Amino acid sequence: MTTEALDYSLLKRLTQGFGPSGSEEGIAEIITAEIKPYCDEIYRDTLGNLIARKNGSQKKIMIAAHMDEIGIMVTHIDEHGYLRFTTIGGGHVNELPHQRVYFRNGHMGIIGVEKLEKPTDLKLEKMYIDLGVTNRTEAQKIVEIGDSAVFNGPFEQVGQRLSSKALDDRIGCFVAIEAMKRANSSYELLFVFTVQEEVGLRGAQTAAYALEPDLALAVDVTLTGDTPKTHRMDVKLGHGAAIKVYDRSMVTSPKIKRWMAEVAAREHIPYQWEVLEAGRTDSGAIHLTKGGIPAGVISIPARYVHSPSEMVDSEDVAAAVQLLTALLEDLGPEK
Amino acid sequence: MSNLQLQRAKDFIKELSEGYGVSGYEFSLNHPIMQKFREYADEVHTDRFGNIYSLKKGTSGRYKMMLAAHMDEIGLMIKEIDQSGFLRFTTVGGVDPRTLVGQEVIIHGREDIIGIIGAIPPHLQTGGGEDAFKMEDLGIDVGMPLAQASGMIQIGDTVTLSRQGYELLNHHFAGKSLDDRAGVAVMAVCLEELGSLYHRHDVIAVTTAQEEVGIRGALTSAYTINPDLAVAIDVTHGSTPDTKGVVNIELGKGPAVALGPNIHPAIYKGLVEAAKEHRLPYQPEPIPGASGTDAWAIQVTQAGVPTGLVSIPLRYMHTSVETLDLQDVINCGKLLAYFIASLPDDLEGYLCY
Amino acid sequence: MLLKKLSELNGASGAEKPVRETIMELIRPYVDSMFVDKIGNLIAEKSGRLQGPRILLAAHMDEIALMIIDITGDGFLKFKSVGGIDPRVILSKPVRINESITGVIGAKAIHLQKAGERRKTLGFDQMYIDIGAKSREEASQRVALGDYAYFTTSFAEFGDGLWKGKALDDRVGCAALIEILQKDYDFPIIAAFTVQEEVGLRGAQVAAYHTNPDFAIVVETTVAADTQDRTEDEWVTELGKGPALSVMDRSTLYNPKLIRAVKELASAEGIPLQLRRGGGGGNDAGRIHLSKSGVATIALSVPCRYLHAPVSVISDRDYRTLIALIDQILRSNLVKVL
Repeated sequence: MTTEALDYSLLKRLTQGFGPSGSEEGIAEIITAEIKPYCDEIYRDTLGNLIARKNGSQKKIMIAAHMDEIGIMVTHIDEHGYLRFTTIGGGHVNELPHQRVYFRNGHMGIIGVEKLEKPTDLKLEKMYIDLGVTNRTEAQKIVEIGDSAVFNGPFEQVGQRLSSKALDDRIGCFVAIEAMKRANSSYELLFVFTVQEEVGLRGAQTAAYALEPDLALAVDVTLTGDTPKTHRMDVKLGHGAAIKVYDRSMVTSPKIKRWMAEVAAREHIPYQWEVLEAGRTDSGAIHLTKGGIPAGVISIPARYVHSPSEMVDSEDVAAAVQLLTALLEDLGPEK
Repeated sequence: MSNLQLQRAKDFIKELSEGYGVSGYEFSLNHPIMQKFREYADEVHTDRFGNIYSLKKGTSGRYKMMLAAHMDEIGLMIKEIDQSGFLRFTTVGGVDPRTLVGQEVIIHGREDIIGIIGAIPPHLQTGGGEDAFKMEDLGIDVGMPLAQASGMIQIGDTVTLSRQGYELLNHHFAGKSLDDRAGVAVMAVCLEELGSLYHRHDVIAVTTAQEEVGIRGALTSAYTINPDLAVAIDVTHGSTPDTKGVVNIELGKGPAVALGPNIHPAIYKGLVEAAKEHRLPYQPEPIPGASGTDAWAIQVTQAGVPTGLVSIPLRYMHTSVETLDLQDVINCGKLLAYFIASLPDDLEGYLCY
Repeated sequence: MLLKKLSELNGASGAEKPVRETIMELIRPYVDSMFVDKIGNLIAEKSGRLQGPRILLAAHMDEIALMIIDITGDGFLKFKSVGGIDPRVILSKPVRINESITGVIGAKAIHLQKAGERRKTLGFDQMYIDIGAKSREEASQRVALGDYAYFTTSFAEFGDGLWKGKALDDRVGCAALIEILQKDYDFPIIAAFTVQEEVGLRGAQVAAYHTNPDFAIVVETTVAADTQDRTEDEWVTELGKGPALSVMDRSTLYNPKLIRAVKELASAEGIPLQLRRGGGGGNDAGRIHLSKSGVATIALSVPCRYLHAPVSVISDRDYRTLIALIDQILRSNLVKVL
């Protein structure tokens, strides 16, 4: 498989869609339209997870990628039409000023800041959203309290690198979709596009409980340590798909990490080990479901995660698609 | 107390203490633990999460009683091999970087490799050295160039501290990972004692995995067993000269029996009554909220489990020289056995609140 | 093995007896005479074909350790360091007292420390040795004030051609002297195994005075900071690059003519040699070169990582080439430079 074989226009649509945690419908629609020909059943569960089943027998394999992205939620509208807000998921508060945010209806707002005595005074309470209106009534025609918005981060391709908002984790959705198109398995494959990962792995938790898979593989982004004077971490952009060993939510079973690496090596798919000191992902919730579900994670190395300009490398994306496909095909009755 | 029993407990604790098993990588402990529990249990098996279950059948087998003690230890994990062959690491569980300096470690790579976490000697230091070393300042020296090191060690390999276990005066024992392998030894003593007692209910002693990273093994094993009653065994701070007025539990004065929201009052009462009846020492330990032990996860499993907690007093927790009194281990095992033997056939008083 | 045997002996400054007695047994077959002087230095002499010059080889026997200074009411031991120990390297290490008692160095568990405390170094006064005793009375039966506590590190191979162990400073020098004494030279050799280097170069001062040498070689270990975040200019010395010749330290400015002669000799003989970079630290040379009317002195050291810590590291190659270089110096006419 070559990089060209991947249709990045789909990724562009996915990343530019609107899907803060709790409001993932738009993303679910894009995915549903794309995957319909490739699965036997598609439905959404109580929390809103999008579940696509490819029929098979004996064992159930769950593949999880989360649809939601970080964003903000309106908490107050003042008499002059300014909005106060809180964050959804782990956004970096000090990077918020003067960013543009978009509401579901397409309306744009700009994050402004009150006058600060010193830079360290920058707190969420000192910021507001300017909708370009002059009073509360006009503002209320555009937004209500409880509406959420996402950041503005257009999709750009620079050489083999891709940058956009929400690559966390639309890139995971993209990889899962591409693997769904390619993988053949005699087992039942359950592709779960989860909701509310950014606020606590919530969709994955209930989906895993309901589906009770025999094995789960999550696809998400991880951080890298290859930029100037950053935290120490061995993962590098362009060095292949990352196989998670450890993060705050899971210690990958040594058997599973070894299996993943063996398949990658056998198929000549570039891979790297991931030890992530901060952060968690869907498998963290899945592997503790009921009596415990064996779980692994394929990570796509990403820079500037939780910013409007997240960046991944298309070679890593291709490797992740290959690895997920190979893993699903490697699973057979003898494993 | 028989000296033989004390000796056996010491040998078992020493073997476990000197073994390796960072959270998620407990598998090398399976053999010694399963071998020991096979002596006393009717069935011993593991699950895919890494928990070990040892079933001792009761005469009626009407209800299931779960005991839980975790076998994993805090440790390190390699996150980077730098250009000169030094290893950078992250911690698995709560490790104090200050205890790592000047410490030998074992890297569990392709084979077990000795490493040293060194420090710049005082001759070269500038400033007062009042600020403690931070984890990111530390690295592991394996005495090899990069090419050689990266052939034997890879990112994600676990690292344990190199520490022999030592017996001190007054059957005190010092070593690493007594949190909570001492609890595992308590369960062995308990099952041994149950061999000569009449007990009605099935007892399943679970050696849990991954407690130090978030009480994970207890969560899945409790779900699997769905017990009617459970008691977790862990360690608690024992007093030292610098904790007067803060820590009231002392070494050698018996196990600490917890009470508070994490604990079912009938279990606390049952344990205290068993201690009094059999003249075993114990120390009440009020815990106002989260106990930070397996008991915390077990209590809210499935439809809820009446849960208790007993703890071995331990000094220098989360260091490589954790210190306990072996007599507390024996007394704790006996206390649990007498408590289990005292349980009524219908568990009246335990199954409601 | 000689290095292992010496490294695992316990002999702090002022308590060098076990080391001294072991060395006496080891060198007895090779020397013409030996005696222990009034402060505990072991002086061994081996005559040569010629009467002079008289060459003094010096290495110190003592090591850093802890000394028990108080026993608390509940049986914990308070201590201070003998020699320079960074309090940051001893937390949570086991120690051995009187060859029979094991203890561990404890402090308040991290869970019980406040956030501010956790970021601070723990000083000696915040730590104690726990031997399991329950009272001062019980502890006093096993341990007396003034007793020493030693690290328990075992000596072993490490990594690629390295050794790790405790007290390498300066049992490595003692071992080198013992190996040299097994060879024969033209000049008379005086080997001084000195005491109390770590508390102020005190043994060497006395030994130099009464042995009255014409030329002295101090055989030591020295800092190798070729590790981790240190940049090259801070390394002082580097493991595996041969013995280090001192140019300057806090106690001595070494004679440039001798330095040049040693460098030329090493180069002619194909023996690796590095100069010790950086002016900190000090060793027995500081006292010896100022003895009486002055003694021409050089200092040769084996680079050592993690000096004054429970576990230190040297390179086997550096140790071997150190001995080869001393051997060449003793065979050359280098002393005629003077």
